[in-house]
Amino acid sequence: MMASGENTLPIIEIQQLKKRFGTITALDGIDLHIYPGEIFGLIGPDGAGKTTLIRILCTLLLPDAGRVQLLQHDVVHDVQSIRRFLGYMPQRFSLYPDLTVEQNLNFFADLFQVPPSIRQQRIQQLYHFSRLEPFKNRPTRALSGGMKQKLALSCAMIHTPKILILDEPTTGVDPLSRQEFWHILHQIREGGTTVLVSTPYMEEADQCDRVGLMYRGKLIVVDTPQRVRQRFPYPLYRVWGQDTYALREFFQNLETVHSVHLFGDALHVAFTQPPVPSDWKHWQLTSHQQIIRWQPIEASVEDVFLEMMEAHS
Amino acid sequence: MRRPRSRIAAIALKEFWHILHDPRSLTIIFLLPVIQLIMFGYALNLEIQKVELAIIDLDRTPASRELIQHFEGSPFFEVMAFRAPISQIETLFLRRKARAVLIIPADYSRQRQQGTTVDLQLIIDASDPNAAINISNYCQQIVEAVPTTRLAPPPAPFEVKSTIWFNPDMKSAYFFVPGLLALLLVMISALLTSVAITREKETGTLEQLLVSPVTPVEIILGKVIPYVLLAFLDGVGILLIGVFVFQVPFTGSAVLLAFLTLLYIITALSLGLMISTVTSTQQVAMMAAQSATLLPTLFLSGFIFPLRSLPWILQLISYIVPARYYLVIVRGIMLKGNTLPQLITPALFLMGLSTVLLIIAGKRFKTTLEA
Repeated sequence: MMASGENTLPIIEIQQLKKRFGTITALDGIDLHIYPGEIFGLIGPDGAGKTTLIRILCTLLLPDAGRVQLLQHDVVHDVQSIRRFLGYMPQRFSLYPDLTVEQNLNFFADLFQVPPSIRQQRIQQLYHFSRLEPFKNRPTRALSGGMKQKLALSCAMIHTPKILILDEPTTGVDPLSRQEFWHILHQIREGGTTVLVSTPYMEEADQCDRVGLMYRGKLIVVDTPQRVRQRFPYPLYRVWGQDTYALREFFQNLETVHSVHLFGDALHVAFTQPPVPSDWKHWQLTSHQQIIRWQPIEASVEDVFLEMMEAHS
Repeated sequence: MRRPRSRIAAIALKEFWHILHDPRSLTIIFLLPVIQLIMFGYALNLEIQKVELAIIDLDRTPASRELIQHFEGSPFFEVMAFRAPISQIETLFLRRKARAVLIIPADYSRQRQQGTTVDLQLIIDASDPNAAINISNYCQQIVEAVPTTRLAPPPAPFEVKSTIWFNPDMKSAYFFVPGLLALLLVMISALLTSVAITREKETGTLEQLLVSPVTPVEIILGKVIPYVLLAFLDGVGILLIGVFVFQVPFTGSAVLLAFLTLLYIITALSLGLMISTVTSTQQVAMMAAQSATLLPTLFLSGFIFPLRSLPWILQLISYIVPARYYLVIVRGIMLKGNTLPQLITPALFLMGLSTVLLIIAGKRFKTTLEA
């Protein structure tokens, strides 16, 4: 289940990659190695440069500087060979809405010249993952958001690519479909395909073997989710309160507090020095009984990323 | 082992589905020719008929009535007597009661008996100049046909007799069927292909399409083939209607016409491709394709106006209007029975034009998303 480790040859190699659009620096010196058989998650807020990086990997954009290789094929010079073994699912839904599920699958099977002898088997396999078979004669535009994403994934997988690259496949999809989608990605990885996936949802980091945090055109950390979590240097508490927003303000004004972030219905409060029970009693009083409950927790990937993004701002 | 369908065939098949699923393109392909044929065939009729002619007869003799009968017997005129004072003529024109007024002078019969020249006055509403010229000509013909009349000055020592060849009856179907063929083929080919490619840019499907082993040539050919076939079918339909409904003769070789029509369609498709490479939305592509085909084909091809009567700058532009060459070809084959050697110049021009357009389109067709 773990990444294959640094002793195998990387399947994707990125060195000092730079890309500008006019005066905007989209990618500011990216170095990254991705290894065969891993799911690599590219995580970062909108505008971090995820899509630009992915498009360069998919030979859709040209790098300004640096070297990018997929399976030892250069993205500038070996475009045609890369496009043969790569599966790509763009951020924007880009199948033909007037064609049926099956027509879309067959079209991409033709594009990648999947031989008829194995095509039916392959489509059956993909139906098995996606459970789209009952809808195969339905026009794509009549599918739900989650089903559309599964079909797009199936089309990207029709030729059994060695590398699968997905640009924010779970954005705008309901939580249940997102979970199902990640389940399918794990099955694809089991089948031997290396997966690079970008997402703006930091909680999806734990679904990946390794993650990279992108921020302002830079990769500010690359590691396994577990080791990323261990990077958090401060004692961290989850705190529930009457009025979460008022409570956030209260903690922000305390001297021993390093940072406060909203996590769902509670706060994550990081301290510069571990608080003792008497501190909590004191805060209960000074906050006018705002605090309902508190509990020391281990940092999540999101805590680390928020911390690192602030450090880079 | 069976081989998979080629990528070109796959794209062409997909394009056929798009056309079948899209009522807009279906309408353009099948309804446009019908509507245009009806418009040109019945509404835009350049043959003049039933011109309202008011006749003021100041003579009122059997001789003047005989002249009036000649006008009444002609299908070109609808004659009505007009007895109001001559000063009221203007209101006749203003109210569009008459398009021409003929005044027979009071001494008409006397002068005819004496054998001297009689002056008839014809006043024409020339707000439509082409019609005015035709009305004047028809009047002249009728007056000349009146027996024993010597209205014209003593005959000149020579006489010009024009004989009109290839369209002796000056039927407008002879003129609009080839023109319509040129217009519809270029519109369908250029408009639909440019829209078909920009649609994939606009909806983002091109991004997915590009990240596959498909080559630009395969995309272009696959996209173009369905439209070549449809445009060709349209052309055949227009020709059949032209020959069997509007009775346009077909004196030349159908095979030669089919071959040169294909060349014309390819030129038009190349134009559409070039447009698609410089536009990024369907709306803009549609506008560009329309301005590049509709008006130039109507006005700068010799379809409606003779090219020599255009200002020199427009004449210069007409050299890059494909319909200019195709009209020479269609008219030549259908009406004159031209053979390939006689049409080699326009055919070569079309070939050159399509080559240039294809080179530009091919160079500009990007396989990346780089701006």
